[in-house]
Amino acid sequence: MKILSLKQVNLSLNGRKILQNLSMDFWKGRVHAVVGPNGAGKSTLAATVMGLEGYRKVRGEILFEGESITNMGIEERAKRGITLAWQEPARFEGLTVETFIRASAREKSDAEIQRVLQVVGLNPDEYRNRAVDRTLSGGERKKIELASILAMRPKLVLLDEPDSGIDVASLENIFEAIRVLRKDGTTVVLITHSLAVLAQAEHAFLICDGTLIEEGPMEQIRPYFEDKCIPCNHKNIPEIEGEEHGDE
Amino acid sequence: MEMSELLKELNMDEALRDPDTAHLVIERNRVVSSHWVQGLEVKTEEIENGVEVSVRVREGTVITKPVHFCFGVTHKRALQRIVMHVHVERGAKIAVLSHCMFPKAEDITHVMEADITLDEGASYVYREKHIHSPDGGIKVYPRATITLGKRARFATEFELIQGRVGKIDIDYAVTCGEESTMEMMTKISGRGDDDIKIRETGYLVGERARGVLTSRVAVREHATAEVYSKLVATAPYARGHVDCHEIVQDQGVATAVPVVEVKHPKAHVTHEAAIGSVDTKQLETLMARGLSEEEAVELIIQGLLS
Repeated sequence: MKILSLKQVNLSLNGRKILQNLSMDFWKGRVHAVVGPNGAGKSTLAATVMGLEGYRKVRGEILFEGESITNMGIEERAKRGITLAWQEPARFEGLTVETFIRASAREKSDAEIQRVLQVVGLNPDEYRNRAVDRTLSGGERKKIELASILAMRPKLVLLDEPDSGIDVASLENIFEAIRVLRKDGTTVVLITHSLAVLAQAEHAFLICDGTLIEEGPMEQIRPYFEDKCIPCNHKNIPEIEGEEHGDE
Repeated sequence: MEMSELLKELNMDEALRDPDTAHLVIERNRVVSSHWVQGLEVKTEEIENGVEVSVRVREGTVITKPVHFCFGVTHKRALQRIVMHVHVERGAKIAVLSHCMFPKAEDITHVMEADITLDEGASYVYREKHIHSPDGGIKVYPRATITLGKRARFATEFELIQGRVGKIDIDYAVTCGEESTMEMMTKISGRGDDDIKIRETGYLVGERARGVLTSRVAVREHATAEVYSKLVATAPYARGHVDCHEIVQDQGVATAVPVVEVKHPKAHVTHEAAIGSVDTKQLETLMARGLSEEEAVELIIQGLLS
């Protein structure tokens, strides 16, 4: 069952086409990956689905559970169950980890705060009273953001580069969080250019220069991505059947 | 509401009954209650519209439990003037938790005039928490001149924990001697037609003196805030930092004037000031978790002022 569909979505920023005629379907409860080289438009796609400021002037249509959300703001999209984890999470001076998580939690109990922190590998006693500010590393903030998403129990989550700033030892915590989200029935969209993250997905989309190049089971997309995109051998200007998909 | 009821509401009645906790409670111009501990000498004298208080912490005395000061006015209209002389002698240490309570204020003026002297190695930590009426209706004028001796430590924190600001005009000046440290932190949130002025000055005159001036201010609706933070370093290896962060919402107006003056080539003072609306990324993060814009702004400001 489809939960999110993009239909012929186009977006230009500063006069440059970033997303071009993107049509994609995401399936309820599955883990998807959107892969592509740097500058392919992956993060823009995530920001567009979330409806962030500056990413709302899209042509085309975005449907969530069959309803058009194209003209909705962030708050309305979030209330319908969509959320986003930023590649570089925000800092909140003075706001404690506990308050931050509780603000988005569906169930606001202490036990829930403890549960989600444990899933991402953080000791609740050590972290709950710390501020979500510059005293935490990027990786710690990333885990705390993920904990807040676990507590929110969204229907669909976009995780933008979930492994950036995460050390190898902690990567398993991130993957465990993805497994817990999936178990809870959340549809997961991993925005990544990492093979390790891609491996967590069941279905993958390869995009390049804002254009969908290929989609299919992860095992099918992975070799192409590994071969052609790491490193990118066509400077983010894909060639499909001899046709160049640059600026129109 | 009587003073005793206010203190009970703040869960302070227990601290006031504790024989090991010193306290002074003043209602308008009357000393309602006081209790002192060894090494702490306090004299009070009722003056017109207020009380003059002289505090002496004897040499080497370390007061382990925070001393509670409560200055309040339970009437709707009044002038309260507190004149405070504080002398912390060599090696002595004291922390004061001061509650200034004006819950029914309609037209109250509260003036605090303090001179504070810390001798060598002395430490004085002063945390001031204000409770005002929901409508403002109050003008608060805290004034302090502070002198720090060698290796002395002075820290102060001002916070409005309940009610509207009304008008507040803080003016503190600290002179820091050799190897002394000074930290001043002010956190205020204004709304309606609240008027906030903060003027904090630190003179780093002693070698290796340290000073940090921090202010966190939020103004909403038609409130205004002016923050003047000045650090002057005239001694070798003196170090200072001014950090001002103001959030502006609605028709609020905020001004920050950080001034750093360095008059010695081996001194170093830095400053950072940020004024503006709530950070977009913070706002969008919270909204992406299902909070409304208003709830998100409230939470961000709550964090900033916490």
